[in-house]
Amino acid sequence: MNVLLLVIPIALGLGLLGLLAFLWALRSGQYDDLEGAEYRVLHDD
Amino acid sequence: MCCTDMALAYVEAHASWGAANTKPSLGRDHSAFVAVAPDGSARAEFAVEGVRCAACMKAIERGLAPMPGVASARLNFSDRRLAVTWTREAEPDVPAILAALEMLGYTAQPFAPGGLADAEAAETKRLIQALAVAGFASMNVMLLAISVWAGNISDMSPENRDLFHWIQAVIVLPAAAYAGRPFYEGAVRGLRAGRVTMDFPITLGVVLTLVMSVVESLSGATHAYFDGAVMLLFFLLIGRVLDQAMRQRTRAFAENLAALRCERATLAGPDGGLRDVPLAELAPGARILVRPGERVPADGLVENGTSDLDQSLVTGETAAVAVRGGDRVFAGALNGSGALTVRVTAAAGASLLDEVEGLMRRALEARSRALVLADRATRLYVPFVHAGAALTFVGWLAAGAGWHAALLDAVAVLIVSPCALGLAIPAVQVVAAGALFREGVLLNDGTALERFAQVDTVVFDKTGTLTLPEPTLSGGRYAPAALESAARLALSSRHPMSAALVAAAGPAEPFPGAQEAAGLGVRAVVGGVELRLGSARFCGAEAEAAAAVAADPEASVICFRAGDGAPAAFPVRQGLRPDAAEVVAGLAALGHRVLILSGDRAASVEAVARRLGIAEWEAGLTPQDKIARIEALERAGRRVLMVGDGLNDAPALAAAHASLSPVTAAHVSQAAAHALFLGRSLAPVLSVLAAGRRARRLMLQNLWFSAVYNVLAVPLAATGCLTPLIAALAMSGSSLAVTANALRARLATMPAPVPAAHRPTAPAPVAGTS
Repeated sequence: MNVLLLVIPIALGLGLLGLLAFLWALRSGQYDDLEGAEYRVLHDD
Repeated sequence: MCCTDMALAYVEAHASWGAANTKPSLGRDHSAFVAVAPDGSARAEFAVEGVRCAACMKAIERGLAPMPGVASARLNFSDRRLAVTWTREAEPDVPAILAALEMLGYTAQPFAPGGLADAEAAETKRLIQALAVAGFASMNVMLLAISVWAGNISDMSPENRDLFHWIQAVIVLPAAAYAGRPFYEGAVRGLRAGRVTMDFPITLGVVLTLVMSVVESLSGATHAYFDGAVMLLFFLLIGRVLDQAMRQRTRAFAENLAALRCERATLAGPDGGLRDVPLAELAPGARILVRPGERVPADGLVENGTSDLDQSLVTGETAAVAVRGGDRVFAGALNGSGALTVRVTAAAGASLLDEVEGLMRRALEARSRALVLADRATRLYVPFVHAGAALTFVGWLAAGAGWHAALLDAVAVLIVSPCALGLAIPAVQVVAAGALFREGVLLNDGTALERFAQVDTVVFDKTGTLTLPEPTLSGGRYAPAALESAARLALSSRHPMSAALVAAAGPAEPFPGAQEAAGLGVRAVVGGVELRLGSARFCGAEAEAAAAVAADPEASVICFRAGDGAPAAFPVRQGLRPDAAEVVAGLAALGHRVLILSGDRAASVEAVARRLGIAEWEAGLTPQDKIARIEALERAGRRVLMVGDGLNDAPALAAAHASLSPVTAAHVSQAAAHALFLGRSLAPVLSVLAAGRRARRLMLQNLWFSAVYNVLAVPLAATGCLTPLIAALAMSGSSLAVTANALRARLATMPAPVPAAHRPTAPAPVAGTS
């Protein structure tokens, strides 16, 4: 049973990390230009 | 010759106007376009035309980055906007950026910050954040909820179950408080306005479910419904985000078009200085200069100068109207031959625009009363689900089940139903709008698709709709060499008709040293021979011009003469759109009734009607007449699609059941139309009708599916058989089914009758619609 107290916070923490990363990416404008991003990968600079 | 002397005298007398005529850019006032960040760095946005591929993006960014003072230049490929930021010390130099872009071969216009598109973008961001939070919460809660469901049939201890319920509560309560805000706010807004919208049962369902789940957890029950509440929010938010993304995209595109159409005016200061300002800065009483070839930017009175105006965008009349000091001019009229000074008047009194706006307001009010599918579904659904929930509650109480169990089942009815319904219509709309977008049609309005589906009568305006908005060279007898020289001269002219010669002759270079004498024409001396292009009088070609007009009474004539040689007369007229006849035939083949309602003269309307094979046409109509005709058709049970572009069409566009405008249309008309189409082809008329029918079919399928789903799920919930597991499966299953069905709207929207040559180029597959 003790393992639950360890595993559940870890799972939630990882999920929360993902959520925060997404919100950060959204705020910093990484989703503003989805069409441009697919071409930008090919620029060699 | 007296003619030459007159021309020179005219040019000298109007030397300052002459400079204004030919100088491409003035001291523009760009401060309105620059926004300064708190840290002192300036930033401006530009709408860029001509960006087609990744190489353009690279060329623009690389070309601008090394400019002095520029901190960064980034092109957004999705909405074709360029954002430039300057370093803190640098003075923002907008003209330098525009010049650099011009060098690279792109047309650009700066953007005033804080437009409608920005507000839409902020709203999209807010919804996506809510969606992310709801998604996170539903995934993690599902992890715990499935453990409970599995534990309930195996060996989970009650303590562990309670622990899991409480962890769910800790995740879901803040998440639902955050992610549900768009619905809570919508419900409150609706209630304040005295209406019960779709948001109300959603809010009620979510709040009650959460309260009940907390109560259940407190009493250590086997089931809690946290997962259901947050999953409902997640699915409904997907629908909202799709809907919003579609609107944001069209709005951004429409704003780009508006900026690129150069909504600017040349302000003449009291000291005689000229300044280029955005249209929004024009105040009544301002004096503006309208040069030949420009559109009149605002209503006003002519103070100075004489000219002939092409008012076809205003009245539909193609013949030029002569104006002089004291005459009224209307926004949208194309200035022909002379520079005008116009005093802007406040839009008050009995001006044409006021009259049109008054008519339009009335027509729009009438139109908003028409119910669309989503509204009708809500109207049926809201009372149905409330009554269902209330009946369940009362029924269980009467059956002696206790208030607790009764309330639980009533809440289950509330929460299990709206899921598929929330996605049924937006999913279809967004997919169909995306498909139309790639064919060059912009939907102004979410209800547009359904309206197009019901159309059985198509009414065309003539000028600018069936015909091309710009004049073209038509027939006439002249030597090819004359056309070539005339076209090279025409390149130096701003007169709208000269564009027809340029287009007819193909690529050419202007003669060096060509001079334009406003009101007369262009002249240049090449190899000792004086070449002239312009009015019949200017070229001494009255006889040839009269002959050309006799041959084609519809045409305007532009003349050319080399030295003392024989003059040539080029008849110029508004030509039909290349595929107009096929589109009209296609509409007839589909069983639509086709009419022309025009403000132009009967002779020209009849000629067009005969060439297109349209039997029903009327000419010389005022805006009131057009509304009256359309209302008469609607009263007779017809559903009318109005296709028009002029200011005089705007009330008719607003009055018709559905409306479509080319992007070259007057401002007011664009605002009144349900959709705008790009390009020279008229084929979008057929594609919107086909797309509308297809979308409506899919929407109805989705609504029927949701109805059947509700009929099955609600009794299950009402009888208390709905465990959280079944609710979760039913909710996600129905949402997926509805979305998958909606994706079929992406399939070909073009019907058969249009030949392949006129079909827009096949769009590249684009993932997603945001």
